[in-house]
Amino acid sequence: MRAPSSREAALGEALLAVEDVSLAFGGVQALTGVSFDIRKGEIRAIIGPNGAGKTSMLNVINGFYQPQSGRITFKGKERASMRPYAAAEGGIARTFQNLALFRGMTTLDNILAGRALKMRRGFFWQLIRYGPALREEVEHRQRVEEIIDFLEIAAIRKIPVGRLPYGLQKRVELGRALAMEPDLLLLDEPMAGMNLEEKEDMSRFILDVNQQYGTTIALIEHDMGVVMDLSDRVVVLDYGRKIADASPDDVKSDKNVIRAYLGEPHGVSV
Amino acid sequence: MPSTDLGLDTLPKLLIHNASAIGGRPAMRHKDLGIWQAWTWAQMLEEVRAFSIGLAERGLKRGDKFTIIGNNRPRLYWAMCAGQALGAVPVPVYADAVADEMAFVLAHAEVTLAVVQDQEQVDKIIAVSDRLPHLGQVIYDEPRGLKDYDHSRLIAFEDVQGLGRKKLASDPECLRLWQAGVAVGKGSDLSVILYTSGTTGRSKGVMLTYENTIVSARNANGFDRLDQNEEVIAYLPLAWVGDYIFSYVQSYVAGYCVNCPEAPDTVVQDRREIGTTYAFAPPRVYENILTLTTVRMADAGALKRKVFDFFIAVAARWGQKILDGEKVPLRARLLYGIGNLLVYGPLMNQFGLSRVRVAYTAGEAIGPEIFRFWRGIGLNLKQLYGQTEASVYVTAQPDGEIYSDTVGKASPDVEVKISDNGEVLYRSPGVFAGYYKDPDKTAEVLTPDGWVHTGDAGFFDPKSGQLKIIDRAKDVGRLSDGTVFAPKYIENKLKFYPNIREAVAVGASRDFVCAMINIDLTSVGSWAERNNVVYGSYQELAANPQVYDMIARHIDEVNRSLAEEEVMAGAQIRRFLILHKELDPDDGELTRTQKLRRGHIIDRYGPLVEAFYNGAATAEISTEVTFEDGHKGVIAARLAIRDMQAYPARTAKLERAA
Repeated sequence: MRAPSSREAALGEALLAVEDVSLAFGGVQALTGVSFDIRKGEIRAIIGPNGAGKTSMLNVINGFYQPQSGRITFKGKERASMRPYAAAEGGIARTFQNLALFRGMTTLDNILAGRALKMRRGFFWQLIRYGPALREEVEHRQRVEEIIDFLEIAAIRKIPVGRLPYGLQKRVELGRALAMEPDLLLLDEPMAGMNLEEKEDMSRFILDVNQQYGTTIALIEHDMGVVMDLSDRVVVLDYGRKIADASPDDVKSDKNVIRAYLGEPHGVSV
Repeated sequence: MPSTDLGLDTLPKLLIHNASAIGGRPAMRHKDLGIWQAWTWAQMLEEVRAFSIGLAERGLKRGDKFTIIGNNRPRLYWAMCAGQALGAVPVPVYADAVADEMAFVLAHAEVTLAVVQDQEQVDKIIAVSDRLPHLGQVIYDEPRGLKDYDHSRLIAFEDVQGLGRKKLASDPECLRLWQAGVAVGKGSDLSVILYTSGTTGRSKGVMLTYENTIVSARNANGFDRLDQNEEVIAYLPLAWVGDYIFSYVQSYVAGYCVNCPEAPDTVVQDRREIGTTYAFAPPRVYENILTLTTVRMADAGALKRKVFDFFIAVAARWGQKILDGEKVPLRARLLYGIGNLLVYGPLMNQFGLSRVRVAYTAGEAIGPEIFRFWRGIGLNLKQLYGQTEASVYVTAQPDGEIYSDTVGKASPDVEVKISDNGEVLYRSPGVFAGYYKDPDKTAEVLTPDGWVHTGDAGFFDPKSGQLKIIDRAKDVGRLSDGTVFAPKYIENKLKFYPNIREAVAVGASRDFVCAMINIDLTSVGSWAERNNVVYGSYQELAANPQVYDMIARHIDEVNRSLAEEEVMAGAQIRRFLILHKELDPDDGELTRTQKLRRGHIIDRYGPLVEAFYNGAATAEISTEVTFEDGHKGVIAARLAIRDMQAYPARTAKLERAA
């Protein structure tokens, strides 16, 4: 699908680095001393068995959870704690495992909502829709239309997302995240519940986003075929600890990973 | 208004003429990023010219063949004219063709340059490039996903235009030379090679001259009084002669505007926004809309359903008569008026048909009930009969002389006759120049004095004087007892039922008729949902005994109706089965225009045909399937066969209204 050698050279320095992060909820240790980095322009997969702490990790990255210890460096700046709003403003966008769309709103409006942070005119001006506010709205609409074209969802532009099949809702959610023009895109199980064809489409969109917009992507995924095809590097979590961090091929044959998934060393099912 | 006697005998000449005569009128629109972008004739000339000169810079010359592959987009239409301006010949290929099919056409036509829509098409060409020694450059419209590709042979459409514009700006002679090149072209030149999808064997390249297509288009425009005020939507395959004539040649001749949809799945919305006035569609499109409506109505509330059913019955009774301007009682006219307000108008509007003056169906026979439905609710739906070899038009129905079972009278300048063995022959200015590199095949079809064998069996209906097509001449067979067996006739009756998508009747030289059925997943799927029938795939739904019961009821009705027709009574369906997979062009079972390839299907499903006639209650079958990317898999299934009852022949006493 892609030439790894040329990719390696294209990848930049670390966009985000997580160092020795630990997170606990009461007595439950969700993450223990996890360190890894995400380089500019790469597709980074985070995998692991159920309850390994993958979603917790994403929530730490986008500021939804505050780790008890450890450091997070984003775009060269170390941050002690951050609110999700600040993370979004800083260029981190995400999609959710169980979809978080405005079900009564159309595809178009949902994606437009992703532009909220980029709206510069105040509530009053937007209300009367005149002058600069109107120009601004036209500009945002243009961006949103480009995303609709990109994700091939023109046919559902004006349909409330609650009426769409699941696979398409996932695509709309990706669209909303893209509307933020993020530097780092976090995808929490983008293929969950999809059939083979939908998975193939989604994989293509993820690769195209990465290629065309140069967006750095971190994704959690259970489908190993997808992970192996898409990602440049894979970090593996188990019971809140990092047990491997390598290229997809190396991870596949890693003894610790095989044990975490199967208990016995028989090879990871791909 | 373009006219005949200005020496406008090629499409590039027509374009230059239109750009000066009606330069400010819209020539083309395309919905892009949610907004309709428009080009006037003058702007379109500029775009075409820039691309044309760019092509010349990249080495395209007179006599070269180049291909166009993709959906209906302005740039691909421009590319055709741009190449033609240089004297090169476009060879459009179906966008959904699998790589192997594409390779055959491109190699056979010795194509040297390709203009394609996107990455998908580029990938297909790359996959077969070792079989295409002539092919040099590939020009693409959409750059998406192509960034990392080797660009030694790839170039973007706008970069080619850029080359052309730079040349125009730097070389004062360039414009004059280009125009001189256009002036060299003449009506008798080869203008396009269209590969017919071929219901039998490999496709053949039909060569059409400018004269063929322009005379046909001019006659068609005159026949339906089409002028520069028409709006059409281009959504049928570029490689199909219908689209070539209708969205390209007729538009250039009449000066009307062609609208390109945003994406293939937005056609209905786009058509509604534009409000097309002239429509052209295979029966399948009208069938699909009707099926969709029926399915949605089945889900509607009781009141809505009652209102719908009532007024559809009114439309069936009076609509056609009102459309044909016959005398109708006042009460009926009032009821129809209310129906129009409540049902017909909104329905037509929903599907973007409100402004349509003339709608044609062609390519296949349309179910009489479907035909009556549309005319009933006020759509001026007419039938025409055409062939690629004729530049489309052979016969068409004039306004006010519409019958559901005929295809009309000979089009202007066309002569039609029936040979002694019942085959339809025609002769016209639109008749093709021959099959490309295939004089033997040409000689089989085209007689020295200019008549073309259509391969269709038909006759002139004594009542209406219009042509009736029964079936492909070679498909009309007889059962072992001598009964006439016209498979398509039976299949069309079956396909009227929304639950049946496709049907294959077998029986030639056999004792009785059997049928293989494809259910319609939309329609049967919706039924399954309403009746709590759980299924995981087409195969599972198709094998469901309740679905078999439903199809058996339909076949029973078909048998009753066949029993009423003297000639056909002996050809009632005695056994049937539901196929485990949908018939698909990728497996060679349908042509790209969705016609059955009967011979191939009967070979492929040989074991099923055998089981029909050896009395077995089930049949085993395993078939190879081809996916769009060319890789293959096998589907195996055990299918149940049902026996049906036949009814004694009885001639209907009352003749049904046409």
